[in-house]
Amino acid sequence: MSEQEHDTGGASRRKFIGAAAAAGGMAVIAPGIHLIEVSQANAPTRPPGEAASNLVRWGMLIDTNKCTAGCDDCVKACATENNINEKVADVRQGSQWIRKIEVKEAKGGHTFSLPMMCQHCAEPPCVDVCPTGASMKRADGIVLVDRHSCIGCRYCMMACPYKARSFVHQPLTGQNPEVPRGQGCVESCNFCVTRIDKGQLPACVESCAKAGHHAMIFGDLNDPSSEIARRIAQTATTQIRADLRLDLGVRYQGI
Amino acid sequence: MEIQHQHIRLEQYHPQKIYLFYVVLAVGALISALGLGSAYYMEHHGHVVTGMNNQVFWGLPHVFAIFLIVAASGVLNVASIGSVFGKKMYKPRAPLSGMLAIAMLAAGLAVIMLDLGRADRLIIAMTHFNPTSVFGWNVVLYPGFFGIVGLYLWTLMDKPMNQYSKYAGFAAFFWRIALTTGTGSIFAFVVARQAYHSAILPPMFIVMSFAWGLAAFMIVQRVMFGWCDIMIDVSIRARLKNLLGIFIAASAYFVIVYHLTNIYFAKQTGFESFILLNGGTITVIFWLGYVFLGTILPLFMLFHPDIWPRPLAVCAASGLAIVGAFSFLYVFIIGGQLYPLDIFPGMEVTSTFMDGKIDTYVPSLPEILLGFGGLGIAFTITVLGVRSLRFLPNDDVTVLDGGGHILE
Amino acid sequence: MLRIFRLAVGVLSAVATLCSTGAVAGESRVPKPAITIENPGKCVAPVDEMRRNHMDMLKHTRNKTLREGVRGMKTSLNGCIECHASKSTGSVTGSNENFCQACHSFVAVKLDCWGCHQPQANYKADKATTALPADHASTAGAK
Repeated sequence: MSEQEHDTGGASRRKFIGAAAAAGGMAVIAPGIHLIEVSQANAPTRPPGEAASNLVRWGMLIDTNKCTAGCDDCVKACATENNINEKVADVRQGSQWIRKIEVKEAKGGHTFSLPMMCQHCAEPPCVDVCPTGASMKRADGIVLVDRHSCIGCRYCMMACPYKARSFVHQPLTGQNPEVPRGQGCVESCNFCVTRIDKGQLPACVESCAKAGHHAMIFGDLNDPSSEIARRIAQTATTQIRADLRLDLGVRYQGI
Repeated sequence: MEIQHQHIRLEQYHPQKIYLFYVVLAVGALISALGLGSAYYMEHHGHVVTGMNNQVFWGLPHVFAIFLIVAASGVLNVASIGSVFGKKMYKPRAPLSGMLAIAMLAAGLAVIMLDLGRADRLIIAMTHFNPTSVFGWNVVLYPGFFGIVGLYLWTLMDKPMNQYSKYAGFAAFFWRIALTTGTGSIFAFVVARQAYHSAILPPMFIVMSFAWGLAAFMIVQRVMFGWCDIMIDVSIRARLKNLLGIFIAASAYFVIVYHLTNIYFAKQTGFESFILLNGGTITVIFWLGYVFLGTILPLFMLFHPDIWPRPLAVCAASGLAIVGAFSFLYVFIIGGQLYPLDIFPGMEVTSTFMDGKIDTYVPSLPEILLGFGGLGIAFTITVLGVRSLRFLPNDDVTVLDGGGHILE
Repeated sequence: MLRIFRLAVGVLSAVATLCSTGAVAGESRVPKPAITIENPGKCVAPVDEMRRNHMDMLKHTRNKTLREGVRGMKTSLNGCIECHASKSTGSVTGSNENFCQACHSFVAVKLDCWGCHQPQANYKADKATTALPADHASTAGAK
């Protein structure tokens, strides 16, 4: 099964599940990636020149049973990968691509900890409200900000139910060449889109696995043979604020 | 009887007072320049120099901008009452009303645009259009408002075009209803936030625009007439102040219903108790600024038979209504963001970024200056307008009876 | 009024004459940009075409890459930097000696790339994880 078949955007749902399942079988091993992670990601790298396909829906599953309170390996990995290292006197003016939230059930007292970031909605409110179309969803489900047309109105921050969007409050230097970011635009988690396009895992997922927690897995929700799809089929998972029916790409287990 | 439709140009009355015009213009220009300078400072250093942050990302500039935009559509109402509803007393006031609408909308948009993270990309906002965005609709509604009100002014002020003024007035009336609906919908369609997601907001904004716009109109009319040593006839003042009172009361009604619905929903009681009881500054601004100074006191002044006929009483009540407008918007916009977003309903949450915690907001000097700069822009446009064209109403009071009704 | 108008016309034409004579004599008040290409001969298109169309090429690439997810295109901003960054400063911007800024300050066109994009060639932030091959590595494969 070749990758090219992924390109037929208008294919019926039934057809693409078959195609995606077959594609999931072939894992391309990129340099520096452990085999176990590749099997999690099921990331078929697209050949150069090929657009992202809507046959793929990238998603993440976070197991709160394995996520430790106080551990912020994923937050640190995100900051390192995306060079979110600017100094701000007021922490609220700094960028928050991913943050840890400690949750306690008010009456019973059951507690759990989880990372919160852009949930990569299938129906993203940020995309609906963006006046210029800068806030966008890529064919494979990744929600991004096109900084070239972002005017910094911050309406998407108003619309996001997860506080996942941040506004860059000051001039930046020292950006990662692969992760451009700068003053006056809104930004958020992009699932490490450049890494995914190279067949690598998002930095947070990689760091969580490296530290031995394995609380985060990443993969193609549309591919029934991927680990994430199998886990979601077998265990109870939660979409946060499911009442809004945004069809999230990030799911949680153990809430 | 023929009603006079002449309008006054300032120097018709007191040519010797014209030097004052330059003083007033200079003051307006200075305030506007301070606002523009602040905007430049904010663009240069980034919003790090403001009190805004990633929790409270719409701050004081948005309070000023939304006041100006909402009041702009409301101030046009004075003209609409004349053209659409045929009340003759309002017809001489239509040109001033239209001009103020343009001035205030221009100023409000200037503040919003200058606060953008990338104000240099204004052209992108105008060339890239997302049809699902309420902001996107407003990108159509706002320039359309300028165009339609401009046409309306033409039909009002150019004799041969007078015959079309009724149609232009209708168009402007419908457009302004759409515009205020659009402004209210910016908040009403935000499904994720407990402070905003409510269908009552667009009609509430429309009623508030009536009150705020009329209040602004009364102040401008009073100041301009005072400048020309003209007293507005008491019968006209009586009708305008009654109308203002009704609008202020109607706004209060909507605010009460808005908060009552929230109080009734158990999931919103936390938010309501923050705004109404224990929100610190926000609570004080709501009760003192909006409820007392902005609603009860002006209503008392407008309807107490011994108070309202005094000179400046109606003008002062209008000023208080505007204090109320700013207080309401501050509580609505800033207070709505200070209260934490309910991401995990029924759970207690903590994080490094204000989850489960009530935030604080202190506006910085550049934001304050930018906001007042907006008022300065509206003021400057108004001063230039009344100086160069015949905008001021000239009432032929002989056709009015004691109750301010036109004798026909 | 007429006098002021005449005066203005006079001043403007005097300025224009001064400017044009300066240009003819090759003594433009703004120094001509000094263009040094550190790794010449490997450009994606001839010089004439690049001068005229580089902005459209970049725009096309950015839309394709960001919005559609197309990787490994022939043209890329990081690819530009690789050859055009100054050897001394490592960057394409920052001073009028550097490639992008040299021309852009001469023609007075604002550069809007480097507020967000990294202007240094082979910039290594202190990254702990996998070293990423630059976009150009896959570009080579696409050719």
